[in-house]
Amino acid sequence: MPYLLLLPSAVAIGLLLAWPAIQLAMYSFQDYGLPQVTGAMPTSWVGFGNYRLVLSDPEFWSALRISVLFAVVAVPLTLVTGTLVGLLLNRLGRKMAAFVSTAALLAWAMPAVSASVIFVWLFDPDGGLADYLLQKLPSWLGGGAHWSGFNWTNAPVPAYTVITLVVLWQAFPFVAVSVLAGLKTIPAELHEAALVDGAGSWRLFWRVTYPLLKPIFLVLLLLSVIWDFGIFTQAYIVTGELGNRDEFNLGILAYDKAFTMPPAYGVASALGMVLTVVLLLVTAGYVRANIKQGAVA
Amino acid sequence: MNRMHRNRTKRVRAISRNGVALIVALVTLFPIFWMVSTAFKPPTEIYSLTPHPLPAHPTWANFANVINGSVIGMPYWTFLRNSLIVTLSSVLVSSLIALLAAIAVARFRFRFRATYLIMLLIVQMLPQQALVIALFLDFRAANLLDSLAGLTLVYIAFSLPVTIWMLRNFVAAVPRELEEAAAIDGAGPFRVFFRVLLPLVAPGLVTTSVFAFIFAWNEFVFALTFIGTDTSKYTLPIYVTYFFSKGSVDWGAIMAASVLFTLPVMIFFLIVQRRLRAGLLAGAVKG
Repeated sequence: MPYLLLLPSAVAIGLLLAWPAIQLAMYSFQDYGLPQVTGAMPTSWVGFGNYRLVLSDPEFWSALRISVLFAVVAVPLTLVTGTLVGLLLNRLGRKMAAFVSTAALLAWAMPAVSASVIFVWLFDPDGGLADYLLQKLPSWLGGGAHWSGFNWTNAPVPAYTVITLVVLWQAFPFVAVSVLAGLKTIPAELHEAALVDGAGSWRLFWRVTYPLLKPIFLVLLLLSVIWDFGIFTQAYIVTGELGNRDEFNLGILAYDKAFTMPPAYGVASALGMVLTVVLLLVTAGYVRANIKQGAVA
Repeated sequence: MNRMHRNRTKRVRAISRNGVALIVALVTLFPIFWMVSTAFKPPTEIYSLTPHPLPAHPTWANFANVINGSVIGMPYWTFLRNSLIVTLSSVLVSSLIALLAAIAVARFRFRFRATYLIMLLIVQMLPQQALVIALFLDFRAANLLDSLAGLTLVYIAFSLPVTIWMLRNFVAAVPRELEEAAAIDGAGPFRVFFRVLLPLVAPGLVTTSVFAFIFAWNEFVFALTFIGTDTSKYTLPIYVTYFFSKGSVDWGAIMAASVLFTLPVMIFFLIVQRRLRAGLLAGAVKG
């Protein structure tokens, strides 16, 4: 009986998720490009050939560096912002809390495509609001005329600054609401007792709140790493839809190898596998955290 | 004296907290506001050297251009219809399949139960931009490219892990005794399902289908890759980037298209948001 109920989902997930993942692994060891697509040549097994190509490609190292650096910056930023907003929400009156969390969840539900397009417009060199405001900023704050017409998308650092803002805007609500849900489970007496002992809010957080919410923070950390390391849509749009090769991250490079003519499915699959393996390593931590919390039981 | 002083600091703190909260909310809403405001501005105001928050001479022209399709050659309704077809049918089918699976994991103990649950957690994290390579080749071989049905299949499968994971908690929360009592009264398994379990799990189904809806409605990578040549099959996210990528950067049109794409999901979201909050962490859905 349970197997019968599981059958449809197992078939769908097996065919459209698990099987492609296995295929990806197989293609990464095959010679699979234009000649194989047209049928001029059969696919052949090439061992680690694609991986050797990838490792000797400077574009791979640039993309890997971008993916890692982006996660290193975006993850803590999202977690800290989200936690601060979550702590704030917990201490607001009901109406204000509902207002702030509705605003935050609207940003979260915003399609990634729209969010990216809006930020590209905000940071547009012709008529974008960001350059205008930076220009008006007093010079001791770094503002000034040099911001006029500043192009945010034709170099990696400014482009990923914009992407970080898009991701922060859309991801902090999830962290805030999750932290808030955790805070609601902490008995008020614990906080009061700590306050009577004269603990400030900084100590209160690290001595009481953080230890109690540690499992939630662990899950949020792992999920953020997975999402930010694998960021695609936002990066794809902000970096100009495969326009600037020096702004590629790992996922975009893999996508470009597969879908820009001439297709190199073998190399693309090898790149996809590198991305997948890194994410699965982090996922292993995520699964362990879930098992520890008894979510699998 | 001391108490008065303490009360005052308390009040000052409460006021400054609300001030900070207000700023957080306004900053968060600002990009959405700017999208809407730009959509109503005529070109002279969009490219003005001193941007104003609100349009001085609001116009429907951007919306008219986008809806009549004078830019893309096809009206908005075509793409709205495509998105609705793909989203609604995938939500419907995946909710049904997920409910069956959720009943299995919540109500039965069997050998591969833990394996199945762990498998759900893992496949959910597989990067879509990598899987899309293999799926593209499969779909090309199966003649499912440029097809809304093909896209629907992908959305069904990819929303399953999260919906099953969330739904099983809702099923588990239904007291087993209710089902047993109905069975004792002579109700068959189908009657028990439709009369007892389904009504009680309905709120959970609403929550999970919201997540499936947002996923399918917003999805970009597969739509971008699978709907390549046939413009008439574009879904709304691809439609928005179409205005964006075709060289002529008409921000008025892009923002109007973006509003038309975002509005349905925002309205839907505001209606169901209270339910949604409950399931957010349980589902761990990506934004």
